[in-house]
Order: sequence, then structure tokens, then C-alpha cells
Amino acid sequence: MALKTDAVGKSWPAYEYEVGREKIREYAQVMEIENPVHFDAEAAKAAGYRGIVAPPMFVVVYAAGAMGPVLFDPDVAMNFAAMVHGGQEFEWGEPVISGDLITTTTTCKDIYPKDGKGFYVFETESKNQNGDLVCKATWTNIVRGIEE
Amino acid sequence: MSAKEKGEKIAGLKVTPDKFLPHRYAGASGDFNPIHIDKEFAQMVGLPNTILHGLYVMGLVAKAAAQEAGGDPRALKRLSVQFRGMSAPETEIEVSGEVIESDGSDVTFDLIAAQGENQVIRNATADISYP
Repeated sequence: MALKTDAVGKSWPAYEYEVGREKIREYAQVMEIENPVHFDAEAAKAAGYRGIVAPPMFVVVYAAGAMGPVLFDPDVAMNFAAMVHGGQEFEWGEPVISGDLITTTTTCKDIYPKDGKGFYVFETESKNQNGDLVCKATWTNIVRGIEE
Repeated sequence: MSAKEKGEKIAGLKVTPDKFLPHRYAGASGDFNPIHIDKEFAQMVGLPNTILHGLYVMGLVAKAAAQEAGGDPRALKRLSVQFRGMSAPETEIEVSGEVIESDGSDVTFDLIAAQGENQVIRNATADISYP
């Protein structure tokens, strides 16, 4: 199947995620991150945060929901059975605090063939309720076995 | 805490995720892809067993990088990785790395996450700002 590139440049509707305290604690616990700023509001405030703060990689929780529908979009037409997560980049801005409302928008930056594989590059931008950028991410998925 | 100089190694970390870690990570992250939690499904698609979530391993790389600056979540400014292999639970993962740029407060690390000879994540770069 030739590589379909119709989705390049397409953006998807914003995805909203409200950050909960217990979700931050759950993530920090699984990752065994012991810093009390992820568990205790007083410790977080003493360290200069508005409240319990999420670890940077908590982005997988609030931004992944924006990526889900994108991967199933017929314009993207990705062959899941042959897909692997090839690369990932995150750039962080303002810290994410319990109670924040994070809005994530997704854009397809590129779809291109290389060495018989299809490379799908998406960008997400996540902002908090004040409009501050909290994380910009580049997600690269690779699909094996395409025709060039 | 002072920043390391170019060429210095980071402390890194070692962790052996237990059999049920992928289940807990699925719950925490919302990624319930059966290749991570269902052995029969994993074997049906040709894997020897369930595999760890790539973003879990990236999380370990993030943790190792942030630890260098005392673990403050504001320290990690950027992290970029390439996923190059699959990794299994119940096997030790080691995150190692070294400083490739340093100006005394802003530092860039090059990092690897490996299970033995299997480099699961390589060419990872992390930008850290020391408080």
C-alpha cells in the first residue's frame, strides 16, 4: 500500500484533561519517584509550587488522550499491526499542578517514507487554564512494510 | 548542587520492574495495549512475552536525568529519545549517561537505557537546568 499523506498539516480538536491529585500520586508511585512535592501539598508549596506538582513525564497522562483519536483518523490510515513507537521528544514549560485544566491540540507535522517504512510525525501542544505552555511534544510512529 | 562538567558520567539508576509493573503502569498512564499486559496476546503477535511500555522506560530516563539536579520537577527542560528495542519485565534496566554540554548551570546529557546488551533507548538527550 502506498503511503497516504493526506493528513499532513491537519489539526484535531483540543482535548481537555483535568489534573487530579490522586492521579499524580499514582503516576509518581509507579515510577518510584519519592520527592514529596508529588504527594504532599505543604511540601509542594514549601518548594514554591501552587500545589501538588506532576512529574514532567506525567505528560503521557494528559496528552496521550489527544493522540488516541488521531491515530484512528481515516486520513492518517495507519496500519496499527505494523506500528512501533519510534521516537519521542518533550519540551516542558510551566509545571503542571493538581487542579490544572490542560488543553492539548495535535497537528500532523509530517508523513514520509524511508527505508521501506512510513514515518508519522505528530506534534502536541499542551497549555494550562492560564494559557501557559506546559509541554510541547513530538511523537514519531513508524510503520513497517510500505511501498515507496 | 553544582553541575557536572562535559564528559563526566551521571549517577544513573538500576531498576528491575516486577511482573505486574506493566499492569500498574497501564493503570497510571491509561495505555492498556494488550502487548504490555496479556502474555497470550503478546505471543500471538510474535513476542516472547509481554513487553514494557516504551514511555515507562523513557520515564526512567527522565528520572535519572532529573535526579542529577536534585529531583526537582522543574529541572528537566527537554527530553528526546529513540526507541530501539523491546524490553521485558523481571529483567534489570540500567539507565546511564554522560554530560555532553555544560555551562555550569544548563547541562545536556546523552543517555542510554539498556537491559544487558539490549539498548532499549539510545541517543536520548536531556536538557537540565540546575536550581
